[in-house]
Amino acid sequence: MGRPTVLVWEEWSIEICGIPGLKNETWGTQLFAERCRMKIIVAIKQVPERDAQVRVDAAGKWIDESGLQWALNESDAYALEEALQLKEKNGGEVVVVSAGPERVGTTIREALAKGADRAIHIDCDDLGSRDALGVARLLAAAVKPENADLVLTGLQSEDLGLGQTGVIVAELLGLPHSTLILQVEKTETGLKVKRELEEGWFQTIELPTPAALTIQSGGNKLRYATLMGIKKARTKEVRRVTAAELGVDGAPVVVLERIALPQKQKTTQMLPGNAKEAAAALVEKLKFEARVL
Amino acid sequence: MSGVYVVLEAREGRTGRTSWEAVAAGQRLGAQINEPVTAIVMGAATEGLAAEAAGKGLGKVVRLEHPLLAQYTADGFIVALQQLFEKESPAAVVFPHTYQVRDYAPALAARMGQVLISDVVAIGDGPTFTRQLMQGRLTGSYRQSGGTCFVSVQAGAFRAESGAAGNAEVTTFSPTIEEAQIRTRPDAPFRGSAQTVDLGSAQLIVSVGRGIKDADNLPLVQELATALGAELAASRPICDNGWLPMERQVGSSGQTVAPKLYLAVGISGAIQHLVGMKGSQCIVAINKDPEAPIFEVADYGIAGDLFEVVPALTEAIKAAGQ
Repeated sequence: MGRPTVLVWEEWSIEICGIPGLKNETWGTQLFAERCRMKIIVAIKQVPERDAQVRVDAAGKWIDESGLQWALNESDAYALEEALQLKEKNGGEVVVVSAGPERVGTTIREALAKGADRAIHIDCDDLGSRDALGVARLLAAAVKPENADLVLTGLQSEDLGLGQTGVIVAELLGLPHSTLILQVEKTETGLKVKRELEEGWFQTIELPTPAALTIQSGGNKLRYATLMGIKKARTKEVRRVTAAELGVDGAPVVVLERIALPQKQKTTQMLPGNAKEAAAALVEKLKFEARVL
Repeated sequence: MSGVYVVLEAREGRTGRTSWEAVAAGQRLGAQINEPVTAIVMGAATEGLAAEAAGKGLGKVVRLEHPLLAQYTADGFIVALQQLFEKESPAAVVFPHTYQVRDYAPALAARMGQVLISDVVAIGDGPTFTRQLMQGRLTGSYRQSGGTCFVSVQAGAFRAESGAAGNAEVTTFSPTIEEAQIRTRPDAPFRGSAQTVDLGSAQLIVSVGRGIKDADNLPLVQELATALGAELAASRPICDNGWLPMERQVGSSGQTVAPKLYLAVGISGAIQHLVGMKGSQCIVAINKDPEAPIFEVADYGIAGDLFEVVPALTEAIKAAGQ
């Protein structure tokens, strides 16, 4: 472990622990820092890019993936950011894990470029036919031998939007958990987290480590990968493991039978023409038809 | 395997609207699979909750009561519900899809070897369960392959019966919960920053989303709001980025609004946003993507570049006002 990391530990111990005098006693700081070091797993998912035009495939069971652009799921990006900030404060290691086919590799490299230390790629082509429990089993099996202090995921994916993976992984690993977390703070005994409730309410929760959390977006500012980070990422370890090697079968309890375009809830009047014409037509409609102006 | 069980959620000693919607969903499911519907009220003291639920046209009400359920914890709720369900072995369990349910129901289902079908918007023959995919751009229908079926239903997707009568039988179930089983220690909920903007009472709202691209472009929509005499609001990403304060956020994590006019600019219409505004009297959407889900709920739509349409609209409104 290099010198700069030790400096970070010292700053952290002064700021958080507030123990006067510890600043100059390097041995004490290091001892404390050693205890604070965290091994953090971040489960990330590659999803179709937000603005991608998605089409139903010929079988009507999933989307047509040809020509799609892919990206890191947004709340997973916040989970990664939280992990990187915790590591910067406390020292430790950040390991990303992601399940999916070959293409998932680019999202894993992106996470490594942002600062994750290494990665586990669960190589599988049948993610779409697994249910939430099936995917969580893959992740839990891959993560378990790591004996991490903290497992983070985003609160939900932008494609399926099930919002369950992190909670089920916690259950499978026997970890206490909390969801929709905006802030994480390491304490002497575990963690203190800020949880988002509905309609502008929040709650502080304390829980022991090891623990699992699902991260809500907006708690931190996301970082970009630096050129140096991208360069370093090329040599970082990505361990590939298959579902079979993990001993997890894919038989689902819940089956996605068919996907389709949604039925319209309302008849929408689309206003044609250029911007000026459409705007003028809209004002007419709002005044004389909807009578809301 | 018998009966449909609906888990009601109490806040400040009362059962919320979304729970009554879950009851409506439970009744729909019960009618389909020909099973009676039971409601579950949970807490340390549930007499009042049970009395209210007993008058809602249900077959039975179960009071799931224990001192350690006074405050919600995932561990406490999972242990308590698991014991009840192992005794009753329900055909189906229905929850409202709240933040609290999202926190524990997936783990409860997993502990019972099942998978929660979350955020369901419709229940069809079979039964099949419809939920949204790809941020509302597509829907998927799901089927459960055996055992107790766990379902959570989206707010607003099922209509809560108003004034249903009845006098359901009320029973009490006392689970065994050890203090050591509860690993998390929650504090009392608190409000974020003092709320200075009450979007809930605004008659006209102009709301802005990701399509605005940059904080520097916000004056464009601010000018439109000013011309209309409307409040400015936003979808979550705008507030996440710090471009507008959190108190201007509309959606499941922000405010719920129902103005006369809701004008959505550059908002794609993810469900988390729609639940906060779909009760508006008139909805207008301006978005470059004609397939954006916001158009599903809009009364009027303009598929076009907001950077052209919004200034034109501001001008047209100013002209009309003169």
